[in-house]
Amino acid sequence: MRIEEHPILSFKKGEKIKFSFDGEEYEGFEGDTIASALHAAGVKVLGHSHNHNRPRGFYCAIGNCSSCLMTVDGEPNVRTCTEKLKSGMVVETQKGKGVLK
Amino acid sequence: MKMTEIAIVGGGPAGLSAAVSAAASGARVTLIERDDHLGGQLKKQTHMFFGSKKQYASTRGVDIADILQEQLAKYKDRVEIMTDATVIGIYEDGILTIEQNNKYIKMQPQRIVVATGASEKFLTFPNNDMPGIYGAGAVQTLMNVYGVKPGNNVLMVGAGNIGLIVSYQLMQAGVTVKAIIDAAPRIGGYLVHASKIRRMGIPILTSHTVKYAHGKDSLEKVTICKLDEKFQPIPGTEQDIEADVMCISVGLSPLAELLWQIGCKMTFVPELGGHVPLRNGEMETSLKGIYIAGDVAGIEEASSAMVEGRLAGLCAAKGLGYEAENYEDLRKDCLEQLNSLRSGPVGEKILKGLSKVTA
Repeated sequence: MRIEEHPILSFKKGEKIKFSFDGEEYEGFEGDTIASALHAAGVKVLGHSHNHNRPRGFYCAIGNCSSCLMTVDGEPNVRTCTEKLKSGMVVETQKGKGVLK
Repeated sequence: MKMTEIAIVGGGPAGLSAAVSAAASGARVTLIERDDHLGGQLKKQTHMFFGSKKQYASTRGVDIADILQEQLAKYKDRVEIMTDATVIGIYEDGILTIEQNNKYIKMQPQRIVVATGASEKFLTFPNNDMPGIYGAGAVQTLMNVYGVKPGNNVLMVGAGNIGLIVSYQLMQAGVTVKAIIDAAPRIGGYLVHASKIRRMGIPILTSHTVKYAHGKDSLEKVTICKLDEKFQPIPGTEQDIEADVMCISVGLSPLAELLWQIGCKMTFVPELGGHVPLRNGEMETSLKGIYIAGDVAGIEEASSAMVEGRLAGLCAAKGLGYEAENYEDLRKDCLEQLNSLRSGPVGEKILKGLSKVTA
């Protein structure tokens, strides 16, 4: 859900950006982070805990807490709350801890 | 190896202010920020600041970030700004390592100002890891920076200034705040904020806490309960609040990893939010040449972070032989501003905390 009207702030929406999340096409705007675009599209679950498979979303939104890690363009453990959205990005729910290449 | 005279870690209110005063004194400064923009958390502060004119009272935080950057731009011949650059280590020999665009950079500064800020604290209750439960600052970022609503119905946990201000900002964004709860028997934030909230019809329930969060994949409902004077839950006082978002606003803790790594003497001071470094009157830690400013030195407001930044930048520059023309006046002015910001009941707590860490 985007804020449409605000008494103080005016949000200049950038260009529309298409990206994929777990194989489906999504839309965000230039200036979005991956997490803000997903959240605006109603996606709150960004991953699952390793041992108990509990759903995880972001917590801090400024790159501190590591609760929002996802696989982006094949790279695991990307902090999606600070990583800017780019056109054509392939965003996936991460399985496991990720492997160093 | 990159060389600089003063490296400043963190481009928020404290780091920006330190860069301005160090550069104004004549030092060469490198300001290192992990985000793609300077200003730190000022960027999401849409409310007007308190304090006095010198700390930009009555100006919105987001505008203060621009003002500080304009001040810094005056010295651009001796200021280097690195954004998207994360300091990942500070070593005993004073070498600082940075990751920027997947490159590993080593830097040798002569002085370092650590102004890394703070992170939001968490609260313990069943299902506290469920999506929909966010730090209040996170929700503020989502709304005020990215223009995205966190959800429809919010329970705010914590009636300090951040909890009150973010509740107000949620309402401005068109989101319903069901209630603000706080475990303490009194509202921690300023009365002026609390009154604004109450006028909007949002109940503020003191002596209340979260008992349980409910939901399948994300938050749907919260059970809260009343606490007695010993902060123990009172049986039979449970009530359910339908909410798809819970904001946790129970304080901040200093982001002091770099100070631990290099070996600054640290001590636990609850009044300052956690483990903080010992420091002298010039904001220098137990290690010569390592200075601190802002929330990493002890949780306070952005206003005092800016003044501490000015002081740290001024003193770090002087340590290198760049003594500002009116150094003594400037230094005294910083100390007076800090004293006045720390007057009042909240200031009492801060001063008590500072008395444990200031040499």
